[in-house]
Amino acid sequence: MNKKMNIARRDFRNAMLFISLWIIGVIAFKLYPIVISFYYSLTDYSVVKKSEFIGFGNYNALFHDPLFYKSLSNTFYMICLGTVCSTAAAIAIAVLLNNKGIKGLSFLRVVFFIPTLVPVVIASILWIWLLQPDNGIINEVLGFFGLTGPVWLASPLWAKPAFILMMVWSSGTAIIIYLAGLQEIPDSLYESASIDGAGFFRKVFSITLPLLSPVILFNVVTSVIGIFQWFAEPLIMTNGGPDNSTLFYSLNLYRSAFQYFKMGYASAMAWILLVIAMIIILILFRLNKRFGYSE
Amino acid sequence: MRLQTGTFMKGIETFVLYVVLLALAACFIVPFFWLLSESLKSPSELFEVPTRWWPKTIMWSNYADMFNSFPFFLYLKNTIIILIPNIVGAVISNTLIAYGFARLDWKYRDNVFMIVLITMILPYQVTMIPLFIMFHHLHWIGTFLPLIVPSFFGNPFFIFLLRQFLLGIPKELSYSAKIDGANEFQIYARIIMPLAKPVISTVVIFAFLGTWNDFIGPLIFLSDNKLYTLSLGAQSIMGTYDPKWNILMALGVTMTVPVLVIFFLLQKYFIQGVAMSGIKG
Repeated sequence: MNKKMNIARRDFRNAMLFISLWIIGVIAFKLYPIVISFYYSLTDYSVVKKSEFIGFGNYNALFHDPLFYKSLSNTFYMICLGTVCSTAAAIAIAVLLNNKGIKGLSFLRVVFFIPTLVPVVIASILWIWLLQPDNGIINEVLGFFGLTGPVWLASPLWAKPAFILMMVWSSGTAIIIYLAGLQEIPDSLYESASIDGAGFFRKVFSITLPLLSPVILFNVVTSVIGIFQWFAEPLIMTNGGPDNSTLFYSLNLYRSAFQYFKMGYASAMAWILLVIAMIIILILFRLNKRFGYSE
Repeated sequence: MRLQTGTFMKGIETFVLYVVLLALAACFIVPFFWLLSESLKSPSELFEVPTRWWPKTIMWSNYADMFNSFPFFLYLKNTIIILIPNIVGAVISNTLIAYGFARLDWKYRDNVFMIVLITMILPYQVTMIPLFIMFHHLHWIGTFLPLIVPSFFGNPFFIFLLRQFLLGIPKELSYSAKIDGANEFQIYARIIMPLAKPVISTVVIFAFLGTWNDFIGPLIFLSDNKLYTLSLGAQSIMGTYDPKWNILMALGVTMTVPVLVIFFLLQKYFIQGVAMSGIKG
């Protein structure tokens, strides 16, 4: 009995040694910053001069700031429309790739994956060109089909859809994850459905999607978090314009903090972001429990 | 109405499937072709309407101009100075941490691992400002330290990836080593790590990619343009009054090629790593 206790104690001590770097890291680079950030959010702080405690003044100012609402609604637009489009596209491509007997699967998998490897700055510069109204290839191709393309990034209406196009282009990671998930689904399920006379779409909606739901949840959560952090592309490609139509939450936060040096104000934005992100993730997990087939 | 599944219909189905897949593949690949084509155009050809798909005369000199007109090698050196410690730090810290979460039994282990998962979904913007202020007080702003030091203290995604793999290695291996008198660190270093090479390769690749592509970190923490990385350098030429787009595209090709080379060499680990991150909860 005593020996067992000693072993348990020794194992615990060993475990603490192994994870000690993480413990230091999570306290220094996550917990402490989150907590102190709440304190900063209650101050008027610009790094150069001493901070001054102002209570909930920053939050009050935010709730009266039209740009705050604008950046929030732009971000929700991307979360709703962007996530739906890129998830649907990624699942559709993965389902197509999952067909038995496709030749060159590994080649196609690579083709769909490599856009995600392009450094974000380079991808942004490239997409500025692809989206040029006059001589960008996207409008060129639309013109080939007799359509007049929009001015994309220069239009408050079309700038966000332009970013969704780019998002779909770089959804290779999700495609690979879906493909791996699809390959875990046993063939026998599809075979017995075929015997019962189920067609292609029936099989997708009755077998594929329900069994894939944990994977879908994982990707949707990743995508939502990604959109909240989404920053480099809009900064480089549109810098928030035109008419603030691509001023997304993180870009707005970055500007407040590092261009206007309103650190307290930006910390309040960060805390609101934290709360919203946690709520969305909780909702997603609840939905998964209700509708999903998670193990 | 049900379709006949005769060989003829099957043939048509397969044909349609290939056409759709190839059309989609073309959409994904054309931007790369475009990047290359733009990098070889003369400035006047860039703005031609309608679009010229391939340059009339290929301007290899854009690449030479890029090396001359832009401190490419300085920025490359800076990127590598950040890159190497990041890879080393990621491998050392995350393998140790994941070992603690996967190969040792201790009370509250799974509860503590939940914290790792929560930090994985924590948006970077939440901690960005306090970290900046913290590094400012440490006088680290304008040095590479803020971009290097945190990589030695674990990354939740890498811990997750490694743990998934380490859980799959049979426990008996550890038991028998223990009977032979090995301590926990010896088991980690001599038995488990050699077996974990494939997943460690995945971590190396992701650490490389993450640092090579990082934009927000250098943007916030590096103030002096002598310290810029390639990503930040590319963005800074874009911000100039009259950016030379063909040179930017040449830089784009130059920055993308190493990534593609590494990807093609280590494709197996790459795909495995990505797939593993999503399927096993």
